[in-house]
Parts: sequence; structure tokens; C-alpha cells
Amino acid sequence: MAKITFIEHNGTSHVVEAENGVSVMRAAVDHNVPGIDGDCGGECACATCHVYVEAAWQGVVGGRTETEETMLSFAAATQDNSRLCCQITVSDALDGLVVHTPDGQH
Amino acid sequence: MSSSDVVVVGAGHAAIQLAASLRQGRYDGAITLIADESGLPYQRPPLSKAFMSGHMEEAALLLRPASFYAAQNVGVVENDAAVGIDRAARVVTLASGAAHAYGHLVLATGAANRPLPVPGAQLPGVVGLRNLAEARALKALLPGLRRVVVIGAGFIGLEFAAVAAERGIAVTVIEAAPRPLMRGVSAVMSDHLAASHRGWGTELLTGTGVKAIHGSTHAESAETTDGRIILADLVLVAIGVIPNTALAAAAGLRTGNGIEVDAFLATADPAISALGDCAAFPMAGQIGLVRLESVQNASDQARALADRLLGKPTSYAKLPWFWSDQAALKLQIAGLSGGHDQTVLRGDPASGAFSVFCFQGARLLAVESLNRAPDHMAARRFLAGAPKITPAEAADPAFDLRSAG
Repeated sequence: MAKITFIEHNGTSHVVEAENGVSVMRAAVDHNVPGIDGDCGGECACATCHVYVEAAWQGVVGGRTETEETMLSFAAATQDNSRLCCQITVSDALDGLVVHTPDGQH
Repeated sequence: MSSSDVVVVGAGHAAIQLAASLRQGRYDGAITLIADESGLPYQRPPLSKAFMSGHMEEAALLLRPASFYAAQNVGVVENDAAVGIDRAARVVTLASGAAHAYGHLVLATGAANRPLPVPGAQLPGVVGLRNLAEARALKALLPGLRRVVVIGAGFIGLEFAAVAAERGIAVTVIEAAPRPLMRGVSAVMSDHLAASHRGWGTELLTGTGVKAIHGSTHAESAETTDGRIILADLVLVAIGVIPNTALAAAAGLRTGNGIEVDAFLATADPAISALGDCAAFPMAGQIGLVRLESVQNASDQARALADRLLGKPTSYAKLPWFWSDQAALKLQIAGLSGGHDQTVLRGDPASGAFSVFCFQGARLLAVESLNRAPDHMAARRFLAGAPKITPAEAADPAFDLRSAG
């Protein structure tokens, strides 16, 4: 289990208890966190689960996959800490993770 | 019961996204989904793909976990069909006799498989693939099948054919049109997919229909209109769908190829909207009303309708996109290619990864990408308005799609 905090563009935060093994996108959608769409269902094919990972967590979360890198190059408002959260798997190591959602996913 | 309560007939992608978006927008009335199947709402696309092939477990099909409905206060009435709408009283009645009053009624009734109108179609062993019960039954039969006939080379037929062929089952696909996916993709992409399926060992018959299914107590063969008899342990009928409009029509709402709505997804009754596979809506650049069968359409229309019900009406104008997985082929389509008069290839089909840009004059209508997700993402930007791309740029491998605009 990991406690993950999603902070919306407007500052509203949502704390979610996520099960190990699911993606961070799935955890957000299952808990109805606004700002994360995950339209393709986690196939890394739509880039609608874009998040910014807080600096302190970037090392723990790790880098982008190759497909993800390509998909992100077409997303709006990407930053160095941008990730598609369907590609981040929840584990105990992510307990306390904080990510921010962009202004929009489309 | 409050006048603001939302009742949704249906529990597919559109219904769930509507409920989720309403709650995200702080809607505090009751939300009730009427489902004519048992169990929690699930995703249909994987039924003919990852679920059928065994790469996805049934539990992963759920659109949301059970905890979502409790936490978001979304009611689901299972295994009960809506059978009537009293528009004056604003009440929906169900097959069980239950009645649900609504402030706003949303018809997300989806579509049903088009039945095969030939003798023998009622025999055991002639099956469809639309809901979870059908998918479970078909999947359980797979290990015992030696040869199957698939009627219809649309997305569902081809996806199932790919799974069956991969398992070593002898597959014959029978398609009445001259080529597979005639309505959905360009000739270039269609020809490539046809060659791929043939390469996997599938027999693909085009330009011929089915005259009859034969068998004494169970389907044993299919007879084509050109007189061939093809033996089969099982016949999958995948010849498209018909939108579920009967409930709306009986309530006096306008229906044709779908429940007719305006650009705000409203029917002529301001208290009733329709969306997703069952809805025919106006779309810029298209003649008449359009009805689309896709997750994107269901989800984006649900977000648009939620905005309207939350007091922020916007007309629906999202770019359509689709996907299909056939063995190792990932097909992604952005836009609607109907009416294109020029296709431009980007990449080499022989490499197995390429895109087809469909133009009408100088105007880009659609892009079909096979194992080229980046092209698909770029296409969605081009088709959404800006930036623009010319046929010459699309064909030029040195032209960087990211740099455009």
C-alpha cells in the first residue's frame, strides 16, 4: 500500500490509498481524482494521465519508458518531471508520493 | 427523490464517465445507473482482444472497483432493463416493475449485435461477441475448437480471428464487402490488414455473403452465397450493431440511426439526453447526423454532458479516435476518413509500422497508424485544428511531426 497525493492545477489535493501492483493512473481513476483521464485504459497510447512528479520523488519513481518518452513529446506543457502515470506501478516504496496534475489532459 | 436526480439507462463507458465527471464537478444529487446485465460495469473493448487472448484477467475488466460506487455515491441497478419512459411524470419503469423518477434522464443504451438473417442462424454454435457473458462462453470454448467461421471482417471479427489463429485454430473470415473494414479504414490499410491475417494462416473470403448455416443439432458449416461450404465447430457472427433506440422511440423521441440529439446531446425533451453508441449527433464537416461506436466518443460525450448538467453547456466537438489490436498489430485511427480522395503513406508498410494520411484536397480528414503511436498522437493535434500539414509534408520522413506549428 502507498499513500499518494494528487494536487490539482488549482491547488486542491486528493490523498489516495493505492494498492501495490496497480498503476498510479488506475489508483487515481478508481478514486475519481479529477485531472487524470487514462482514456486508453493504461496502454500508454493516449497521454491523458500526464503528471508532474515532485522533485524529491523523481529518483524513487524512476525514468520514462521509451514509448512514454515518445508519447510525452506530443503532450502539452511537459516538464523535466513529467510522467505518464499509467507507467508508474504502485509499491510500498511510493508511500508518500506527491504528484501534480496539469491544467488539462486534452 | 429530487428534481435534480440523474438516472442513466446503461452502464457502459459513457454512463460511468458521466457519473465520475458529475461527482468530480461536485454534483450532489442522486445518480442511478440502470444496467440490464449482472455484475459491476466493465470495459467492452478487451473482450475481443486481451481478455479473449488470456492476457487480461476478468477482474481487470471492471471500469471501476466496487469501492468507487460506495465512495462516490453512485447507485447501480443490476440485471433489470428499462422498458418505458413516462415523460410527463418523469419516471422510468423497469422490467421488474420498479420505477425510478428522474430530474434528468440520460439514455446510454448502447447497441446490440445485428442478427444474421439466414436459415440456421439460431443453431447452437452460432454465437455473438458483445457482452461479458458471451465473451466468457466463447473463451471457454476456445481450447476445444479446431475450425471457426467468422462472419464479418469488421473490428470485432478481425480481432477475434487474430486471437483464434494465434491459438492454432483454423479460421475462415467471410466478408460481404470487397475488402475488410470497408467502412472504417482506407484501402491501403485494409489491404495491409488483409495480407497480415492471411499471413497468420486465416482464410479471408471477401465479396461473398453467407446464405445459410447448416447442422442438425449444432452448427457444422456455413454456406457462402457463391456456393462454398465451410466446415466449422463454431460460427461467430460479427456483422455490426444496431443502436438501441426502442426505448426512446416508444417514448416519442426522434430516432433514426440512433437516438437523435443536438450539439449539446439533448433530445427534443429538455429533460432527456442521449450519448455514446446509441446517439446520433451533429458534427462539423459531416452531412446529416453521425453515430460513433468508440470509447473516446462515449467518454468525451459524457464529459461534455456532465459540464452541461453542471451548468457549463458547451457544444460537443471532440476529435473522434479509435483503436484495434490484432495480434501484434496496434491500429490507431484519428478522425473520420469518409470522403477522402488522396492517401499519403508515412513509413514503409513492409516494415510493419506505417501511417496512412487521408486527405480530401488539401484538408487532412484522418490518419490511420499501425504500430506508430507517435504519428497517431501528432495526428490528433493536426486534426484538432492547428498546426496544418500538407500531403507532401506527411509523406516526407524527414519532416518532424513534432516541429509542425
